[in-house]
Amino acid sequence: MKLFKSNKSAGLMASPYIAWALIFIVIPLCMVIYYGITSADGNLTIENIATIFKPGFFKALKRSVFLALISTFVCFILSYPLGMILSSMKLKKNAYIVTLFILPMWMNFLLRTLTWMTLLEKKGVINTIFEFMHLPTISIINTQGAIVLGMVYNFLPFMILPIYNSLNRIDENVINAARDLGADSLQTFWRITLPLSMPGILSGITMVFIPALTTFAISSMLGGSKILLIGNVIEQEFTQLYDWHLGSGLSIVLMIFIFINMIIENLADKGGVNK
Amino acid sequence: MKKILERIYLAIILIFMYAPIFTLIVLSFNSSKSRAKWGGFTLKWYTQLLSDEAVASALFNTLAIAILSTIFATIIGTFTCIAMIGLSAKVRSILMGITNIPMINADIVTGISLMLLFRFLHIGSGFGTILLAHITFNIPFVMLSVMPRVKNINFYVYEAALDLGASRSYAFFKTILPDIVPGIVSGALMAFTMSLDDFIITYFTKGSGFETLSTLIYNEVKRGIQPEIYALSAIIFIVVLALLFISYRAPMSKAKDN
Amino acid sequence: MGKDLITLEHISKSYDGQLILDDLNLSIYENSFVTLLGPSGCGKTTTLRIIGGFEMPDQGRVIFHGQDITKLSPNKRQLNTVFQKYALFTHMTIAENIAFGLKIKNKSASYIKDKVKYALKLVNLEGFENRMPDSLSGGQQQRIAIARAIVNEPKVLLLDEPLGALDLKMRQDMQYELKRLKEELGITFIFVTHDQEEALTMSDHIVVMNQGYIQQEGSPEKIYNEPENAFVADFIGDSNIIRSTMIRDELVEILGAKFACVDKGFGENKPVDVVIRPEDVELVAPENGTIKGIVTDLTFKGVHYEMDVQANGYEWLVHSTKLSPVGSKVGIKVDPFNIQIMNVPASMDEEAISETV
Repeated sequence: MKLFKSNKSAGLMASPYIAWALIFIVIPLCMVIYYGITSADGNLTIENIATIFKPGFFKALKRSVFLALISTFVCFILSYPLGMILSSMKLKKNAYIVTLFILPMWMNFLLRTLTWMTLLEKKGVINTIFEFMHLPTISIINTQGAIVLGMVYNFLPFMILPIYNSLNRIDENVINAARDLGADSLQTFWRITLPLSMPGILSGITMVFIPALTTFAISSMLGGSKILLIGNVIEQEFTQLYDWHLGSGLSIVLMIFIFINMIIENLADKGGVNK
Repeated sequence: MKKILERIYLAIILIFMYAPIFTLIVLSFNSSKSRAKWGGFTLKWYTQLLSDEAVASALFNTLAIAILSTIFATIIGTFTCIAMIGLSAKVRSILMGITNIPMINADIVTGISLMLLFRFLHIGSGFGTILLAHITFNIPFVMLSVMPRVKNINFYVYEAALDLGASRSYAFFKTILPDIVPGIVSGALMAFTMSLDDFIITYFTKGSGFETLSTLIYNEVKRGIQPEIYALSAIIFIVVLALLFISYRAPMSKAKDN
Repeated sequence: MGKDLITLEHISKSYDGQLILDDLNLSIYENSFVTLLGPSGCGKTTTLRIIGGFEMPDQGRVIFHGQDITKLSPNKRQLNTVFQKYALFTHMTIAENIAFGLKIKNKSASYIKDKVKYALKLVNLEGFENRMPDSLSGGQQQRIAIARAIVNEPKVLLLDEPLGALDLKMRQDMQYELKRLKEELGITFIFVTHDQEEALTMSDHIVVMNQGYIQQEGSPEKIYNEPENAFVADFIGDSNIIRSTMIRDELVEILGAKFACVDKGFGENKPVDVVIRPEDVELVAPENGTIKGIVTDLTFKGVHYEMDVQANGYEWLVHSTKLSPVGSKVGIKVDPFNIQIMNVPASMDEEAISETV
């Protein structure tokens, strides 16, 4: 290209960011890995990572994966029909109605979570209404159910947006072509619509699963102090127990999960689904 | 029939999303401190909120960090995207790979890694560290939205400008920059909202005694929710709605469509 | 020519209060190549989509083989469609694309394999089974879209501007290809296009449409040589269309000069529109012409010269293999057989049509 007099001047222009990325992205990650695989006296060890298999830690991890999976699944089940309805409305780009469904995303994340504290508390809004109607009160606050509810509420827009976009991008004539070739509406859905929206589904799953798996704020606000997720455990290691080595080791475990998720996504994406 | 069911479904999801927010707004006018009782209409939580110095300074910090990190991230991100054109494919793909890390990685890991770095370098935590962290996670959002524009630059127009006697820099500002401005604008908006909304990375890089809105709310919540927070939620929600409305009306959104 | 295969009866359709088709009646014969021709927005694609079952007419019926299929869903119709921009399934291989309809019908694996092979051979893309649609050129994708449709052995193949996205050379190749396919398969093709040359080259029968009405239908020769109104004359090829007066049967006054013609029955001293194709205008020595003029522009077009001749206040478009330089004085002569007389449009609506085009 002729925008630059030489490769050198382009390199010069990119150098501030290259330096930035090295200092603030690469080196910090290396530090996490370094702390994760060393002990306090500086010797190499896998003990920090292996701690994840100790009962309390493993339980927190299992719980995190379980709740994140449920939340992701619920988000998907809610979002897919919504995406189909919205895309069938043939809206213009940037339509108000679509924005309406992702608007809460712009509200502060903690305030969104806080709303559910207020609603679910023993003497909270929902129970007050139930009492008023002489219905039995519920106690969801400080349960795993409340955490899932908080995750779904917070991350739902992250699922809606990519699914809606991918469904909206499908050429109407592709659907017509399937019908034209003899497929009924159910066959058309399974063989055409669903596979073609797979990129959106996958990115929605990632965008919900990763933050749900690694959150500590939602669980500490809606799950009380008893239900710990892996995020809470890591947070405590850094802010209360000051065991950076163990905290980093557990972070490496999280990164392994993220990496696996990426690989699965890439494989599924290559498995016959193109953009 | 199908239409009606569809509409009902949309309504249910919307209620699920907005009913909690509206409950908060209602509670912000409730003079009773209890959430279970309606004690009459009041604005006292709003007046208390506005006279609360902790909230005021947290709000100032949040906005200052959001604005500054957006400016820095936009400048660095845009320059880097343009520079990418002149880099070899290999360097480009490595750099893009690194840039993707903060987006793919969990916020908690990004936060921890930066905290480790700042501790190691003995940089005192506070405004500066949060700003550095926010710039770091904002640059990828800017690049993500500027990069597609840069890829679609029509170099013939640039060459035509040179051919007609323009200097390189004049040709750049007149032909290339206008093409990528919509990408820069949407990238900056994205960076700004990401910075405003961030809690986790701020939490790990802030140090003690320094609060942004997010961390302030988190601390408050642990001590028990004060109705002032409801007033704050209501204000933020209204501001978000207003900004959104303006962005629909403003000519800027037109530029984005082009 | 054959018996009716598809009949459209009194079809009307509007979108958002705008009338797209108004009381359209059309019969399509078995084993013919029918082209719906018209400018964009004329209703040709809507007509095709109604036949295919993708649109429901507001009024009227679609009859297929004597049966009313108006409300039948597309998957139950014995016809297949080649869509604009191909609409291939991008997540499937070429073989899977072509096999789609057969798999839905639960055909055996060996049957499907043979059929896919046969279809690929038919469109000259043997060995493409395992490629993905995105890796193919536009022309190749087009052939796959055709193969995917015809492999189901439909009675009718609907083609919605299938060549619109191709470049000129590719388009010409595909025109011959489609004609050949039509002969080999022996089924009915209904083809939609806005390209008059494409329509003339390929069709047995052309239906010229504008603003939701059928303007004229007939063989390509008839449409070209005997346009029934100014819209058709103007849309099909270049023409000199001149408002004139019919003196009496077989005599018309064009731009103040009397020309012999062969048409009768337009009455006496009645206003008419006259259509003269540019290749039918003969340039002769001034004294031998019916009217005299001056050549004002000259362009070499390969096969012929294109000239503008200013004569009696009208700029005549002339195609001729003989060159007359700019500025030369010429006479204009037209063979009586080459003067096509048309009624002047009666309604304001039709008038508007001829003026906007």
